[in-house]
Amino acid sequence: MSDTKIFDEMWGRNETLRDPYAGFQSWFEGEDLKRLRAKQREAEEVFRLTGITFNVYGRSEAEERLIPFDIIPRVISGREWQKLSKGIEQRVRAINAFLHDIYNRQEIIKAGRIPLEMITRNEAFLPHMMGMCPPGGIYTHIVGTDLVRTGGDQFYVLEDNARTPSGVSYMLENRETMLQMFPELFSKNRVQPVQNYPSDLRRSLAACAPPACDGPPTVAVLTPGIYNSAYFEHAFLADQMGVELVEGHDLRVVDGRVAMRTTRGYQPIDVLYRRIDDDFLDPLNFNPESALGVPGIMDVYRAGGITIANAPGTGIADDKAIYSYMPEIVEFYTGEKAILENVPTWRCSEPDSLAYVLDNLSELVVKEVHGSGGYGMLIGPTSSKKEIEAFRAKLISRPSNYIAQPTLALSTVPIFTKAGLAPRHVDLRPYVLCSPEGINITPGGLTRVALQKGSLVVNSSQGGGTKDTWVLED
Amino acid sequence: MLGKTANGLYWMFRYLERAENTSRLVDTGQRIGLTRLGDADDEWTSVMQSAGVIEGYDAHYDETSKDSAIDWMLRSRDNPSSVLSTISEARQNARLVRTALTGEVWEALNGCYMATREALKRKVSERDLPAVLGLIRQRTALVRGATHGTMLRNDIYDFARIGTFIERADATARILDVKYYVLLPSNFSVGSSIDNVHWETILRSVSARGGFRMAYGSQVNARDIAQFLVLDKRMPRSLNFCVSKIYDNLAYLGSDYGAKFPSMDLAEALVNRFNAHDIDAVFEYGLHEYIQNVLTSLRQLGGQIEQDYRFYE
Repeated sequence: MSDTKIFDEMWGRNETLRDPYAGFQSWFEGEDLKRLRAKQREAEEVFRLTGITFNVYGRSEAEERLIPFDIIPRVISGREWQKLSKGIEQRVRAINAFLHDIYNRQEIIKAGRIPLEMITRNEAFLPHMMGMCPPGGIYTHIVGTDLVRTGGDQFYVLEDNARTPSGVSYMLENRETMLQMFPELFSKNRVQPVQNYPSDLRRSLAACAPPACDGPPTVAVLTPGIYNSAYFEHAFLADQMGVELVEGHDLRVVDGRVAMRTTRGYQPIDVLYRRIDDDFLDPLNFNPESALGVPGIMDVYRAGGITIANAPGTGIADDKAIYSYMPEIVEFYTGEKAILENVPTWRCSEPDSLAYVLDNLSELVVKEVHGSGGYGMLIGPTSSKKEIEAFRAKLISRPSNYIAQPTLALSTVPIFTKAGLAPRHVDLRPYVLCSPEGINITPGGLTRVALQKGSLVVNSSQGGGTKDTWVLED
Repeated sequence: MLGKTANGLYWMFRYLERAENTSRLVDTGQRIGLTRLGDADDEWTSVMQSAGVIEGYDAHYDETSKDSAIDWMLRSRDNPSSVLSTISEARQNARLVRTALTGEVWEALNGCYMATREALKRKVSERDLPAVLGLIRQRTALVRGATHGTMLRNDIYDFARIGTFIERADATARILDVKYYVLLPSNFSVGSSIDNVHWETILRSVSARGGFRMAYGSQVNARDIAQFLVLDKRMPRSLNFCVSKIYDNLAYLGSDYGAKFPSMDLAEALVNRFNAHDIDAVFEYGLHEYIQNVLTSLRQLGGQIEQDYRFYE
């Protein structure tokens, strides 16, 4: 982090072409900018027609938006990926062990490695889950681990998304679009495939069937409905897996099972991949106002009548305050040092840290503990004095709601602009599947890119785009 | 299949069919207006009656004019049966049942939606009207073609077809009913040709001028037209044709599900009725009453299908 010069994944720090990009570069040199500009427009047409859109909350149907797609692939070598995937696997194993521990014996607290109030005062902690062990001991079946890079070998985990990580449909559609538009690129470069994700997902979910399941497991995807911002993805995944896409009002508890209303009557579901938040899952057990969930599903769940993926209460593991303890958590459950580094994090709930953060606001990134989507955060170096002072007031009034991190010099990768290639900052979200059969990480993941020059915010809700991510066969 | 999905498919294809029927009626109104001297506003009233949108129109406008009638039928968001509203609804339903559709059907419908929305962004000028109507017909036909060419012949397809034909039968019945007075026995008993404008309106509304000529020759009379639109099974928009298709698809569903539902009995009774009737008896009974009966039976049938296949909770 001490390097002042930003690391570019194509050109390094000193304008020397890095190996993973050699194949791409030789192709690009022979390309005509005009043709590529046409291809960029063609890609947008493809996305619009296939309906790969997201809804903007609070807008009408006319406001379906496209997430901008950049046609230049991001390239990662097989060797780099191996290290990353080892680190991710270790981390995800630790998270599942941590969740099991927190909802059962709480050894890590007894051992004094995490303060009790981190759990008891945490909104994501679900008392309903105490004493519960889901099939195979898997709590988080689908994880999206957000990574950032600052140097050739330097990766950090930015966030562990252990609740309902989204974006995987973009990973798949981005690749599909690239294959269609630039077949020649793929015959020249040996890129590890991502297309197996839907069938892997289905197999992984089916492997988590509950005790009540007799016969081939019935899997379904639960969506809040067509107005949800990620509805496209819910429909896409159900379609690709060949399973039903259900809403709360399609479901009810029948004979101790959660069943869906089909044209032939009610049919029990064994594994429910839910894409609604814990709070909306069961109006009888959680938010009574929720019309999205299934009354009584938690009781069926506790009795072994259904598997809910991800399990309710997994949010306790991807909370930004818990995040700061991840190195300890990994070590506690795996007995190994964490392969992937955490970003140094100041917990503003601690007076010393708060004092440091308040003194250094203009250098730091301050985030809400429960926030997501890039909302409600302060990026010190790019904020005005006024913004910083306004944020200072919020921070002082509720310090425990915030954590702070140094501003990382995120790596850049080339994107396609009117003038040709130009570097932009990126992050990476690989997708991880966990089942009793093992952990499966799709090579690559979703690269989000800040399209504004110099910007560090990659969230699609804040003007970020995506691009295809290649892991090469070495 | 989820009950909700069956419902979504049924409505997706009903709305698509309605969009097509409405655009055809607009085309008819426009052509009649151009080829007729004097005031054509009456014709627009009857066109809007046939489309079932006259009540909403009267609530929004003080007088009938060609421009506002066309706008109401093509673009108005206040009119749930305008082309724009129905294609948006068809697409919403398609999103709901996205997992039941092939990629090609979804893309054809999404493309249909994007193109129509673009074409109907602002008021359609008289000059652009033929092209816009052509676009709507082409785009909806593309969805139909993709459905026909890429969808499995299973329950998904059956619900799509049932929705299509319930809507189509309903549309044909309404067209006939609005014009029933020109088909009254007094006209046909003397064997006279009915007024050119009227028969042209009717046949254009169902895109069947050529088909009629092929089947009945160029002499047009009321009896033949009624026979053609009510009983003739060669005609893909006749009541008999539509109902027999509904019956077929319900029968496929029944054998697929290994169960006979009440809706199939209702459809069977309707089919038998059409097969037993001849057009003279229909006129004797009263064409208007007969059509009203058919409309009621279709509504009942639709309701029973909803129940049998658990469209709603």
